[in-house]
Amino acid sequence: MCKRHGNEEETWFAEAVLDLLPALLSGALSMAASRADAEDLVADAVARAWERRADLRERDRLRGWLFRILRNCFLSERRRRHARPHEISLSGEGEEDASFSLFERLHQPFLLWWGNPEQEFLNTLLEEDLERAVNGLPEHHRVVVVLADVQGFSYAEVAEVLELPVGTVRSRLARARSRLQEALWNHAVERGLKEPEARVRGLLE
Amino acid sequence: MNARTSDREPIDCEEALERLAAYLDQELDRTGRDEMERHLERCRSCFSRAEFERRLKERIQRGLVLDEVPREFEERIRTLLGRRASES
Repeated sequence: MCKRHGNEEETWFAEAVLDLLPALLSGALSMAASRADAEDLVADAVARAWERRADLRERDRLRGWLFRILRNCFLSERRRRHARPHEISLSGEGEEDASFSLFERLHQPFLLWWGNPEQEFLNTLLEEDLERAVNGLPEHHRVVVVLADVQGFSYAEVAEVLELPVGTVRSRLARARSRLQEALWNHAVERGLKEPEARVRGLLE
Repeated sequence: MNARTSDREPIDCEEALERLAAYLDQELDRTGRDEMERHLERCRSCFSRAEFERRLKERIQRGLVLDEVPREFEERIRTLLGRRASES
């Protein structure tokens, strides 16, 4: 590779990585135990990516490629810290229930003309509720939610980053969303949200 | 995802709910998407659920996305990249 072309490549690579920093940090925060660990993880991934930049064949695959390096850095660090691979939970475990639905808890068809509890729920949802609910998810669920729902990765892209079959990503995402909705519901109830049935009783009394 | 053709029977609520996440994630093929949209046009209950799930998904994305990183952290990465570039 000529020097000029090499410099252009390096400049492009550095700028593209800097553009992706918020996404990378968001992904790292979904894996790491603390903000400091997440920043170290991104720095480690960027350093590794720089060393291996010649492996990136197509520029438009940079995001997925970087996230895969980020995930591998996380797993390496985990192994180094714990030296017990079975503790690495990004791979997930057995089947879990994916049936909790916020909509089913909130929706009351006969309330259509009186109000919209689903919209009211969304209106009162605070960022801290969302953060608390996502942070409370098990790691393997948190990662798929952040990749798919926050970063907007397709199922195929999530599968590539996590080295999982697409079908596993689909089912894990369903379970993760179910748990997330359950956590949001529980937080809302803690804050004093009434079950719709109780609201209706209150209105009728 | 689905091999149905548009002249097949419309999907029912059970099938629509099974496909809802893939529909909102834009993971259905054109036939699957068309079938979902036709169902949502005529089923108020599924339409309400789809709207709620779509708004919740948007709220989660909006609430958790990082638009920028701390300046100090960005400087750290800039320095790292600059140092690597000067070494190569």
